[in-house]
Amino acid sequence: MPRMNMLQAINNALDIAMAEDDKVLCFGEDVGVFGGVFRATSHLQEKYGRDRCFNTPLVEQGIIGFANGLAAQGSVPVAEIQFADYIFPAFDQIVNETAKFRYRSGDLFNVGGLTIRTPYGGGISGGHYHSQSPEAYFAHTPGLKVVVPRNPYQAKGLLLSAIRDPDPVLFFEPKRLYRAAVGEVPEEDYQLPIGEAEVTKEGSDVTVLGWGAQMEVIERAVELAEKEGVSCEVIDLRSILPWDEDTVVESVLKTGRLVITHEAPRTGGFAGEIAATIQERCFLYLESPIERVTGLDTPFPLTLEKEYLPDHLKIFEAIKASVAF
Amino acid sequence: MTTTHDVYAPSFMTGDEFHIPTFRLLQQDGTLFEGAEAPELDEDKALKIYRAMLITRVLDERMMAAQRQGRLSFYMQCTGEEAAVIGATAALDDADMIMAQYREQGALVYRGFSYDEFMNQLFGNELDYGKGRQMPIHYGSRKLHYMTISSPLATQIPQATGYAYGQKLAGEGHCTITFFGEGAASEGDFHAALNMASVHKVPVIFFCRNNGYAISTPSSEQFAADGIAPRAFGYRMHVIRVDGNDVLAVYRATQEARKLAVEMNQPVLIEAMTYRLAAHSSSDDPSGYRSRKEEEAWREKDPILRMQRWLIERGWWSEEREKELQDSLRREVLETMKRAEKRPPPPLESLVTDVYADVTPALQRQLDALKTHIRKHPDAYPKGARSLDPDVKAPGGEHKAGDEQGGA
Repeated sequence: MPRMNMLQAINNALDIAMAEDDKVLCFGEDVGVFGGVFRATSHLQEKYGRDRCFNTPLVEQGIIGFANGLAAQGSVPVAEIQFADYIFPAFDQIVNETAKFRYRSGDLFNVGGLTIRTPYGGGISGGHYHSQSPEAYFAHTPGLKVVVPRNPYQAKGLLLSAIRDPDPVLFFEPKRLYRAAVGEVPEEDYQLPIGEAEVTKEGSDVTVLGWGAQMEVIERAVELAEKEGVSCEVIDLRSILPWDEDTVVESVLKTGRLVITHEAPRTGGFAGEIAATIQERCFLYLESPIERVTGLDTPFPLTLEKEYLPDHLKIFEAIKASVAF
Repeated sequence: MTTTHDVYAPSFMTGDEFHIPTFRLLQQDGTLFEGAEAPELDEDKALKIYRAMLITRVLDERMMAAQRQGRLSFYMQCTGEEAAVIGATAALDDADMIMAQYREQGALVYRGFSYDEFMNQLFGNELDYGKGRQMPIHYGSRKLHYMTISSPLATQIPQATGYAYGQKLAGEGHCTITFFGEGAASEGDFHAALNMASVHKVPVIFFCRNNGYAISTPSSEQFAADGIAPRAFGYRMHVIRVDGNDVLAVYRATQEARKLAVEMNQPVLIEAMTYRLAAHSSSDDPSGYRSRKEEEAWREKDPILRMQRWLIERGWWSEEREKELQDSLRREVLETMKRAEKRPPPPLESLVTDVYADVTPALQRQLDALKTHIRKHPDAYPKGARSLDPDVKAPGGEHKAGDEQGGA
């Protein structure tokens, strides 16, 4: 099986989707000849022509408005927003239009073909306009699906699912791992389920939950905890919206403890939603308060990034606190 | 990029040098301007356009009255702009996509949306295509290629660019027209849409109804330039300004715009100079911001009267036929309204369907919880909500359209 980094896996998924269906289009800022600032769309214009893979003017609200219309027409647009930090100019098109297209028209029209790809997250010395994790804003909007892969294998399988999903999908790519994460990725076409979490490691003392780039941080924390004799169950949520309540509930009923981590600021972060649901459904089984390990309630910093980030040591401490409560 | 003229001292330009002329054919007395030529329009088509204008006017009058009687929660009229909207629609192929703002019911009338279809949406009953989810006037029809209306202003403009790009790739010779007001042209979406359309050579017609007011804000407080049309220059886009109360001119201009769009893949901007004779919506009162005198002046330019005179002049129409049509229209509209009012609201399940292609487990849980709750308090909820639940026998209690809707 070939080894790929996350960008190669994403590029490979796009290539497969475009080869299979000529209604699939890739566009965004710099995605044409240049192949995107991270090269996720490399060679696609060469292979599929300028009509199907092209640069747009620098206008996020235009990119998503255009993509909404294309998807309503029956095309399958994969729109790239260069950095998740720049998705906000398109916020209205996403939350008021994309999300409500099917509902408000009573299913006369829909934009289910739409996928919005965008790199998110910190750890790249990007400061606050190249490091944000805005998933929680979109998680508050019914009608969207929000997906975050953790490695190249997941990225390819989930992206192919996103492109073929009957609903619009926001696909947040952990850019810190674009080249850092390398792994075996089948060359053939495969899909991974959207809306299902994955238990990546079984354990009995505490459930540790995250998504995207936090998953490898969790792994390091869990290694430390296991050395101290704590058995951890690890869950990758994979889909933030809709999220897989049942898998998390089942795990917490077993372990009685939950630690949730994300890079985004704590207040209003998605960990809060998970914590509320879990206390509702698992109250009598909880052995300790649900722990959240998150970014601070500040804009994302530049120089003090390492201190700001919810790293493996902070998660390790949270696991210990949870178990020792 | 090359500049054709260089200067060696500061030399600013404002664009005031350009004055975009207004294309006109028909005078208010129903005769053509000297030297003007009527578009090729046979009697059938001319009457179809005229009937659509008249139906739209009557529908608006009746529905506005119904709103005032408390039967409808909200309404918006097309009054004064019928020639702009219907003249443009008539120049298109019926399979061209229309992405409207909200005041363009005339386009639907022209394409054959039935009175029942209008009323079902207005009353949000079980037959409404939108399943009672949007305020009145948010029509949509897949069959008639009319995109469901969305309340936020101007969002449909870049969508029209995208839709038309898809049409171009499909190669079926269709285009998209998008209607918007001069106020909506201030939104970022407008500029995004025009720029993308011109860069990517998209077969889309941007149709601006410059009707003088965005709610209460007059166009003089909306833009400083000579209307919306000059903006096309910045995007190197074909543009025409047309008398929006002159149905023949609008028809002719849109015909040519369609040719540019479909045959040359060129986007076109049309600015139709017209006037919103009615209030912005049923929640608005224009007497607070404009004079009766100003309105009267525009009433004298009534687009329906203008076309009627032209038709009569040609011997295609008469006052008797006019009266006959108006009477039958009023009767039909009233009868349909009574029918729609009596229909039950959409089923309770429709609260959670169409959010996603399939109902998610979380939504199913929420619906089940809601049903359990309604079962406990059956008298506290409208009959419609209960009628679906086989466990509940609902006594009396009429559902009123718009129970949950505030006027906007």
